[in-house]
Amino acid sequence: MAEAPPSLLLQVKGVHKRFGDNIVLSGTDLDVPRGSLVTVLGRSGTGKSVFLKCLADIMPADEGRVLFDGKLLTATDPVTRAEFRRRCSFLFQSNALFDSLTALENVRLPLEQTSDASDAEIQERSLEALRQLELEQHLHSYPSQMSGGMQKRLALARAIVTRPELVLFDEPTAGLDPLRRNAVFLMIAKYQRQFGFTAVIVTHDVQEAMAASDRVALLDQGRMHFQGTPAEFAQSTDAVVTSFRDSAVALGTALASLRHGGSLPTED
Amino acid sequence: MVSFLGKQTLTLVYGLGDFALFTLRSFQAIFGSRRLFRRIARAGFEQGVRCLPVILIVGMFTGLVLGLQGYYVLNRFGSESLLGALVSLSLVRELGPVLAALMLVGQAGSALAAELGIQRNSEQIAALETMGVNSLGFLITPRLIAAILVYPMQTALFVTVGLWGGSLSGSLLLGIQPGVYWSAVERAVASQDVNECFIKAATFGLLTVALCCYHGFNTHRNRRASGARGVSASTTRAVVQSSILVLAADYVITSFLV
Repeated sequence: MAEAPPSLLLQVKGVHKRFGDNIVLSGTDLDVPRGSLVTVLGRSGTGKSVFLKCLADIMPADEGRVLFDGKLLTATDPVTRAEFRRRCSFLFQSNALFDSLTALENVRLPLEQTSDASDAEIQERSLEALRQLELEQHLHSYPSQMSGGMQKRLALARAIVTRPELVLFDEPTAGLDPLRRNAVFLMIAKYQRQFGFTAVIVTHDVQEAMAASDRVALLDQGRMHFQGTPAEFAQSTDAVVTSFRDSAVALGTALASLRHGGSLPTED
Repeated sequence: MVSFLGKQTLTLVYGLGDFALFTLRSFQAIFGSRRLFRRIARAGFEQGVRCLPVILIVGMFTGLVLGLQGYYVLNRFGSESLLGALVSLSLVRELGPVLAALMLVGQAGSALAAELGIQRNSEQIAALETMGVNSLGFLITPRLIAAILVYPMQTALFVTVGLWGGSLSGSLLLGIQPGVYWSAVERAVASQDVNECFIKAATFGLLTVALCCYHGFNTHRNRRASGARGVSASTTRAVVQSSILVLAADYVITSFLV
């Protein structure tokens, strides 16, 4: 069995996924170095979330290999999968907080259910996670009583309380205004450095991703079209990369053309 | 026509197999499930304390009606003194377990299916799985165990209140001596009848709660409806199928035990 280089915490090779006749992923690869913050970019509907769910073992891939810390994750190896789940956390786009539990109970739950820690230790670690995310004033609030940003922080507190080595973020800034988008990326970058976990973020926010990430990947038509540093992404002359990267410039050009009586350019 | 029947039969067999596996896996999840006792207590509270009012009210009215109907039928044969026997055997053998189960399906079962459906749609169940928590062990196992314990208790309460209802009808309204009523109850009900009552109650509890959990937990597999409609469809299916299952299981158990 081929093992991933030790510097890679996660290595994805040739993942395929289809829903009926709809091919979403067709041989997608991704390398995630240990301790890095990797962002997967792509247009809406290109299968970014499906890709992340295949990585997180929530959705089975049709084909392909996922290596975590050099070990191949397969359906027939529950021990490796259990270890992966213990060392990995997933942040859902919807936060997926337990709406019948308070903030403190939400954060306690993964420790109560997966660790052998004593009740006092669980309480201490949960309070510490909530304090670090500035939620100590809302221990007994239900998620529905919290703002969107607070819910996001609560979801992050729940994700980091188990001290994972890998955290997967599914569209953490979806539906947020630019200021809040910046705040969320800043929060992820801050805690990624503070806690030292490896992060994979799926998003379509180019500027924020380029500013916060160590590596950037671009998913297009089911394949990873680009993988590299933000600097390499910024300098790339590839047509797909430039069209995605310079979408704001393209919008300005199209609007200027419209103001001067021209027609809008067609897609593709 | 043959093709249609074949397809329906295969769907039914697949559904039954899937339901059986779901229930089996939920019981298997007892091993390795953490803080199970606390969650059984919480599920017991939902199925027990929260459903008490409906059990008490329906039990009382069932007894009152049985007392009235029974009295007028027995009166034709001059056997009013057997009213206690009629009410008690009707309640203990049939009406108690069946009506209590139907009431619990209506209140606790529907709430359960809807809650699990919403948890599925809002990815709370997927979140549990990403944490490495066995979602069946966490969400389903405690509810199944609680049902096996709580349904017989609720049924016993239903029967007791029903007997008091029959006594109220017979003694206060229709003039039968309370002593005559209660001694007829005592003479009529044998331990075998009580056993039958509890066996039925525990079986109905297990089957209906498992079925309601099954539909709620698998809300996302419904291809015809998604989102809020999917939850609504799962809840409706859970309640309708559970109600039918109670009556079908009642027939099977009665035919074995009588």
